[in-house]
Amino acid sequence: MKSEILMPSLSPTMEEGSLAKWYVSPGDKVKPGDIIADIETDKALMEYESIEEGTIVELIVKEGTENIKVNSLIAVIETEGAEEINIRKADDIKKIEPISIDNNEEFLSEEGKADSVDTTLEGNERRNDKISENPVVNELTVREAINSAIAEEMRLDEDVFLMGEEVGEYQGAYKVSQGLLEEFGSERVIDTPITEHGFTGLAVGAAFTGIRPIVEFMTFNFAMQALDQIINSAAKTNYMSGGQINCPIVFRGPNGAAARVAAQHSQDFASLYASIPGLKVVQPFSAEDAKGLLKSAIRDNNPVIFLENEILYGKSFPVNIDTEQIIPIGKAKTISTGQDVTIISYGIGMMHTLEADKKLKELGISAEIVDLRTIRPIDFDAIIESVKKTNRCVTVEESFPVCSIGSYIGSQIMIRAFDYLDAPVLNCTGKDVPMPYAENLEKAALITPDEIVFSVKQVLYKD
Amino acid sequence: MKKTSESKKELLELYYKMLLIRRFEEKAGQLYGMGHIGGFCHLYIGQEAVVVGIDSVKENGDQNITSYRDHGHMLACGMDPKMVMAELTGRFTGYSKGKGGSMHMFSKSEGFYGGHGIVGAQVPIGAGIAFANKYKKTSNVCFTYFGEGAANQGQVYEAFNMASLWKLPVVFVIENNQYAMGTSMVRASSTEEMFARGLAFNIPGKAVNGMNVLDVAKEAANAADHCRAGKGPFILEMKTYRYRGHSMSDPAKYRTREEVQKVREEKDPIDMLRSMLIEKHKISEKQFKATDAEIKSIVTEASDFALNSPEPDIEELWTDVYAG
Repeated sequence: MKSEILMPSLSPTMEEGSLAKWYVSPGDKVKPGDIIADIETDKALMEYESIEEGTIVELIVKEGTENIKVNSLIAVIETEGAEEINIRKADDIKKIEPISIDNNEEFLSEEGKADSVDTTLEGNERRNDKISENPVVNELTVREAINSAIAEEMRLDEDVFLMGEEVGEYQGAYKVSQGLLEEFGSERVIDTPITEHGFTGLAVGAAFTGIRPIVEFMTFNFAMQALDQIINSAAKTNYMSGGQINCPIVFRGPNGAAARVAAQHSQDFASLYASIPGLKVVQPFSAEDAKGLLKSAIRDNNPVIFLENEILYGKSFPVNIDTEQIIPIGKAKTISTGQDVTIISYGIGMMHTLEADKKLKELGISAEIVDLRTIRPIDFDAIIESVKKTNRCVTVEESFPVCSIGSYIGSQIMIRAFDYLDAPVLNCTGKDVPMPYAENLEKAALITPDEIVFSVKQVLYKD
Repeated sequence: MKKTSESKKELLELYYKMLLIRRFEEKAGQLYGMGHIGGFCHLYIGQEAVVVGIDSVKENGDQNITSYRDHGHMLACGMDPKMVMAELTGRFTGYSKGKGGSMHMFSKSEGFYGGHGIVGAQVPIGAGIAFANKYKKTSNVCFTYFGEGAANQGQVYEAFNMASLWKLPVVFVIENNQYAMGTSMVRASSTEEMFARGLAFNIPGKAVNGMNVLDVAKEAANAADHCRAGKGPFILEMKTYRYRGHSMSDPAKYRTREEVQKVREEKDPIDMLRSMLIEKHKISEKQFKATDAEIKSIVTEASDFALNSPEPDIEELWTDVYAG
């Protein structure tokens, strides 16, 4: 019987990957556990083992093929005695010969992407040429932006160093610190044991002496173990010492929901940290902001909580990589101007907001979108100025609703711009429940563009 | 290695510092009773030999960090008694402009990194200061003090592990005064050998008579020497005793008056050194009286300075939240 070998999903947020290497050829016999290929994601290179015993009939995608969607067909295996489990019949598979999937949308799950992916070797070369000849925009992923911010600041200042779990030899649990160990060595890119409370305290002590640690938390969920050192030691010592001992430190790492990792690994801590005087809190959305704000955070003489997002790491944004741009902490950015309503968001909330904005435009609603970028201190000047113009406001964030950033913004707008409001300020947040695992429940717990559209229509008193 | 000496001059210096701490603390207790010092106030009376002995072997640039029972540590490392007392009384002339209080004082110039109010938190921080010494390639050592009660905190062992793994120049000084607040060590610890708490991390340790300032100095010198040689951390368990309650509000019902009295009579670090000075160096009663008078005037001056200093201006509420 012929069976399909499909592109595997190797992480909670993996949507696609590359086939870096085939270890088998048609005609090879394989057993369960035999390595048949190397699959590369944006986070890691992983060996892919056969789960079947049989003979490889055909390799559907060529070595070096990129952007292969999870669950698309990559090879066909002939198994003995197995039941027919393939979805597509051998006849269908034959149709996709020669080994190229550029005309087979069926095997690229997202429509519209198929024609842009040419998997032939020649195609790859053409594609590469196109990129190098025509630098339309310098695109950078958020991951690359953060990596380059760290590298640039480490080149400028020998007192800056990176420490955390798997930042060095593993190249970062999310590949953010890729290449830094090679450039800066193990004295400045320091792999720690799994000991958040301890290494956070250690880094705080180092910062008290004037050197500048960047502490990576594998995720901010694990920083809960270190909260005492962040809040009681890092945030308060400048005040308690009458300004004698400051703490120039950055705590950074992914924050908020990833995908299907449930309650202990999916939460946005922005409002928790934002309530603490002595901390600064930054949560960028775009690559350019991530880079420019991280550089500011590293140069800041105070503890800065720098909240990243696993889902955003792989997203590309246009960025001017020729300048070492600094973006000041505490300044919001108006992404688009509008007349009818102000939407205030930050971090991944911006992704949903921009998605909602497309629908609002279809409805003829003109929204002014403000990306806060910094959560503490909040740029109220930008907020109030916009609300005075639009007279309506919706806030969007992924965190829990109780004591959310949006609820605080709502109260401040009421205090500072009450007479300008034509409707109550509405908050779009994650639901007030621990994050569930099941796919449908997780989706229901998160903020959606439709909810944003609904809230905007409410403040405009539209059906 | 810095030699510890028993010359008359050096012994007199040790005596002077221990007595200064004791008289200062007695005055602090008095001011607390009068309502001039608020909140928590943890006195160091009885434990003076520990910080004074260790401070005597410190080299330029060495740091120290401790918990909230910190007045002795500040005076030992040369911080100004006037400014310490001013901080205790919440005055603008204090080390933290009146914003830290008894438990939170610092002096970067004297290498004193606090004054920490959370039990055990100073231990990884102290390891981090040692980490910075290594990062900056200095030969300095960070003396990191904590009590036998804090020795049961998890982060202490996280710090031990990293300090040993990375060979950090840190001396962990466990001030074992036998009571964690009101809980005696045997009621809280599965083992009583605090000096052995680092064995699982390959950190050598030694138990020391913390009531004998010369024993303390000798072992502190060995421990610092170990660190400066790049061999990593060292643990010193200082067996000591506090005469007063955990804090001023502690009636100390968990131990008998006789127990305290026995230690005071038989093991007092100041009396012990005084006897030695009389026997070995023939110090006269007159000389001791002169020292007493000098210390009394320093402490009175500190108290007067504090009580005559202004409280912080109300605008200070908003300063120092962030560094510039």
